[in-house]
Amino acid sequence: MPYNIIVCIKQVPHPEYFSQISLDRATGTINRQGVPAIINPVDRNALEAALGIRDRFSGRVTVLTMGPPQAKRALEEALAMDADAAVHLCDAAFAGADTLATARTLAYALRKLEPFDLVFCGEATIDSGTGQVPVQLAELLGLPAITGVEELDFENEQSVMVKKIWERGYIRLRVRLPAVITVTGKINQPRLATVLGIMAATQKEIKRWDAADIDAEAALTGLKGSPTQVGEICELKVARHGEILEGPLEKVVGEAIERLQRLEIL
Amino acid sequence: MNQSGKSSQIWVWAEHYRGEIAKVVLGLLGQARELGQQLGHGEVAAVLVGADSPRLSEELFAHGAERVYLAGRPSLFETENCADLMTRLIQRYQPEIVLWGATSLSQDIAARVAARLGTGLTAHCIDLQLQEMSGKPQLVAMVAGWGGNLALKIICPEKRPQMATVKPGIFSLPAPQERKGEVILPEEGVDMAPVEPRLDIVEVVTERDEASPLEQAAVVVAGGWGLISCGGFKLVEELAQILGGKVGGTRPALDAGWISTEQMIGQSGKTIAPQLLITLGVSGAAQFTTSVLNSRFILAIDKNPQSPIFEMADIGIVGDLQEVLPLLISRLKAIKGKTP
Repeated sequence: MPYNIIVCIKQVPHPEYFSQISLDRATGTINRQGVPAIINPVDRNALEAALGIRDRFSGRVTVLTMGPPQAKRALEEALAMDADAAVHLCDAAFAGADTLATARTLAYALRKLEPFDLVFCGEATIDSGTGQVPVQLAELLGLPAITGVEELDFENEQSVMVKKIWERGYIRLRVRLPAVITVTGKINQPRLATVLGIMAATQKEIKRWDAADIDAEAALTGLKGSPTQVGEICELKVARHGEILEGPLEKVVGEAIERLQRLEIL
Repeated sequence: MNQSGKSSQIWVWAEHYRGEIAKVVLGLLGQARELGQQLGHGEVAAVLVGADSPRLSEELFAHGAERVYLAGRPSLFETENCADLMTRLIQRYQPEIVLWGATSLSQDIAARVAARLGTGLTAHCIDLQLQEMSGKPQLVAMVAGWGGNLALKIICPEKRPQMATVKPGIFSLPAPQERKGEVILPEEGVDMAPVEPRLDIVEVVTERDEASPLEQAAVVVAGGWGLISCGGFKLVEELAQILGGKVGGTRPALDAGWISTEQMIGQSGKTIAPQLLITLGVSGAAQFTTSVLNSRFILAIDKNPQSPIFEMADIGIVGDLQEVLPLLISRLKAIKGKTP
């Protein structure tokens, strides 16, 4: 049976450059100039989970992202990894969204993409990392959500057995489709884009949808539709020395060990 | 006072498992009491679902709840049913604030409730305070921002209730006191019909305690993205073993497959406060640093002298991990060899 699968991905700043991200105190906006962007790492696992099912049973994988114009790059990469179609939710009206406004925007788009069998997401992003969006998306679509899945097997055409991790161990659940599933990095090894894939991707269309295309109500999306707001940016006070040991490596390492011994930590 | 003229209520979702209230709930009750005092007329209540032992209510009273709403049957694992029930209870009693532990199951319930009520849910808060804004008290929820030590104060100005999740380890547990409280059984008016089951819980496997070995460790060695130069965590594990410590890591380390979920330190992972924390190749994004603030001593090693981790550490070594780590390991081995 062919499966219609949607994968929600997010473009995030590269973790190696996190320290270069600053906040503009005057405007309260995030300055990420010069910081390269990547697909949120675990979203690749979400994509791989979808591609694996399609490759095994046939079907279609559509990647969906909400983001500024440059987020198109993330979709191009997903297409090169062999996704079949891509949708870019791009509108100034979507900007400034909190988790609920983001989930609503994605839900509007998913209604346009119905019918689908599965929605895959990464369990959390490396930037804001709330993990709330997929669950809220499921709630808005009236679907079950299983988060933190590290194994997934089909029981029959319309139900899957998943292994979900929790603090004390794991839980096995049987879920009837359609469902929203968030995956951990353990579920699979994401494929790399091949040269052929990159060439094929140039032939695939990336649909760009704005608020009107998805019939989004302005009061429910973007900053306007966000119940939470950033009130203030503040600096955490840290009572630490922040002392960088200087000198040749041999000496520095020796000094560090001495300091730990003096504190009776070692 | 809210519109109905009653005092404002601060609720805490009382996650429990195998006859015990989760520690994060007890910490939240302590903080809720503080918020209640700031409110002046705030009343702290816990919502206990799927429990029948009176002992659990007593534990909640002892840690600061003045009321316990005892409702429904669903277990913690039936997150949709829990969300359904909680939504109805909130609609009926209209608390001003609802606090949740940021555990894998409770945060899923909270996210659903927020979406259903159309209200805000601030995730993984590192502090909660009340602040007077345009004449009314606002819950100010602090979360990790960007850079090494920037935090964002998040508010929910219009929608109610104001909701937040907080990870275990953020608020210290209040000392239990002998206190009595009121148990409320809100069956009437709260439709308890479970939602149509779309999933079956086949098996729940418990392999660990509530507090993970990482959260309890005296020494933690935490690795980040920078370990890519060492090809992963082999040396991290060796260092941790020499020190008798545990291995942790950042979200990028988790995503790289170097650590498992229960080893992740950070906003969406564990909060730790060991005697000694050694960070290796961790640049020090606020998502990480806000989860290690209470560590006694931090030694940071990273190749980039500009990394914010160095401001957050007691001492720092700037250098290539491929050089620093083997040296540190051989020196420590020599010392530990002498004084077993």
